[in-house]
Amino acid sequence: MSGKATEMTHRSEAPASVRVDHQLIAEMVEPGSRVLDVGCGDGALLQLLINEKGVDGRGIEISRENVNACVARGLSVIQGDADQDLSGYPDNAFDYAVLSLTIQATRQPRVVLENLLRIGHKAIVSFPNFGHWKIRTTLLLTGRMPRTPNLPEAWYESQDSHLCTIKDFSDLVQLVDAEVEDAVAFNSRGQRLAIKNSLSLQNLLGEKAVFLLAPRRSR
Amino acid sequence: MASEEPLIVPTTRRPSAVVQDAALNQVHHPESELVVFPADQPLRLDSGQEIAPLAVAYQTYGTLNADKSNAILICHALTGDQHVASKHPVTGKGGWWETLVGPKKPIDTERFFVICANILGGCMGSSGPASINPATGKPYGLDFPVITIGDMVNAQRRLIDHLGIDKLFSVIGGSMGGMQVLQWCARYKDRVVTAMPIATAPWHTAQNIAFHEVGRQAVMADPDWQGGNYYAANVRPARGLAVARMAAHITYLSEKALQDKFGRGFQNRDARSFSFDADFKIESYLRHQGSTFVDRFDANSYLYITRAMDYFDLEAEYGGLLAAAFRGTKTQFCVVSFTSDWLYPTRDNKEIVKALNGVAANVSFVEIESDKGHDAFLLHEPELFATVTGFLNAAAQKRGIA
Repeated sequence: MSGKATEMTHRSEAPASVRVDHQLIAEMVEPGSRVLDVGCGDGALLQLLINEKGVDGRGIEISRENVNACVARGLSVIQGDADQDLSGYPDNAFDYAVLSLTIQATRQPRVVLENLLRIGHKAIVSFPNFGHWKIRTTLLLTGRMPRTPNLPEAWYESQDSHLCTIKDFSDLVQLVDAEVEDAVAFNSRGQRLAIKNSLSLQNLLGEKAVFLLAPRRSR
Repeated sequence: MASEEPLIVPTTRRPSAVVQDAALNQVHHPESELVVFPADQPLRLDSGQEIAPLAVAYQTYGTLNADKSNAILICHALTGDQHVASKHPVTGKGGWWETLVGPKKPIDTERFFVICANILGGCMGSSGPASINPATGKPYGLDFPVITIGDMVNAQRRLIDHLGIDKLFSVIGGSMGGMQVLQWCARYKDRVVTAMPIATAPWHTAQNIAFHEVGRQAVMADPDWQGGNYYAANVRPARGLAVARMAAHITYLSEKALQDKFGRGFQNRDARSFSFDADFKIESYLRHQGSTFVDRFDANSYLYITRAMDYFDLEAEYGGLLAAAFRGTKTQFCVVSFTSDWLYPTRDNKEIVKALNGVAANVSFVEIESDKGHDAFLLHEPELFATVTGFLNAAAQKRGIA
């Protein structure tokens, strides 16, 4: 899942040292906090958060090679799966539960999101936006599933069983009774677009999005 | 798998007296550091009984730094001993974990002070069934009390106290050594900074107990066992212990490893002999494993240690909730399993990880691809070396251990 996600973004971006979505997540996280990165891939985000924010960082990663590489780098990472292994964590064990470009590859995105909001005081979720204008036009004009730098694989090879748009994700956030504290989309040049101001427009222009969520505590 | 080429070695009635004496000599006069806690400081056991005096034989490697922050305790497995990185005094072979422990190795003895003690119940100088029972002046035999993994850990704690070490930078062990690691972390939370339980389990399963029972019954069925009092008669239940070792050895390997190394190959012959000789390479190999084992290991120790492993159930000890064993832990864990290990499979190791996650402990978990079975933890596994190196390095850096 995240192994692929990593590959996907490597292809989509100029060889910048830090990915723009990682940089944004690092800005959202309070220094010294406890962070669980679900689907942490090669550990790049965790390492960034530890270096820049001094967080107490942990990771879960599905790929054995990635896990072993992370642990050999001194990161605290377990081999596991967002769908299966989140239920074992206690409530509010972390300040932030991060799901970076992974939710579209989970079997039960809603359950995963609910678990993130339970485990973390806050959840940070990033995902590729299937509502981006290039994807819409490709589907409209060719009548075939789009293959973009962000979504490079053929439909029958892709792990992404639950692709969604920014609007779809916003609906899920409502459904699981969470509050959006911040939401930012990135256009194809890596520029930030504030989603709160114009959901429909950013759903068209954003290639990917990062949401900072908190559970609604008071009912 | 051991490196020796398979040999035709008949399962002798008993090993040569000279070799056996060398083994027994280690019980009473170990070629190791030895600390004896006198009779007025008995070790109280989980069974309620006591052992006094208590002998703990151990080896150390490297130098303890000024603030005593660089000590690593290695816990050995069922048939291991304190000679983790030094020549075995009976067999003359190198240390059992020299792949991992030594100068510039993943557990770097130029950086860390490494301690390895013979377990309670062992036969390499720590108190065990072959030791002298002060009440009779003769070897304990079956008068030695039944011990647990927790008792082994308490004996080690005595040693660590004796060495003046408050906090262990790491406690590391595979198989039964991993059980001791878990027990250390459960009982002495504030004394363990990092922990590496490797190829282990939080409890012994029915299958684990079953294999051990086969081994024990093989020992006890040997007429030379004599109800455990074989020392005085100067005989050894060598056949029984060899059979126990042969059966156990199979569980340390994988079907693929056996097939790849031995297949249906014949040993020093081209065809079936129509006898019960060791026709097949695998038979010869197992007989060799059995016969060399009895030269260095005490049969009663084998009974006591396997029993301690069978009794191990950290979940039961903590009220039926494994996570409770680790509640409040500050220890940083790294759990390691191997894909082809069916004795302590990944599933069992993941139970430890789940419990640690359940208390939001700091845990890494690595499953290493290997076809070498349970024995993989003792063998050349570069991914294991990378994991141990990375994990210890990062933790040592964080704590300013040079």
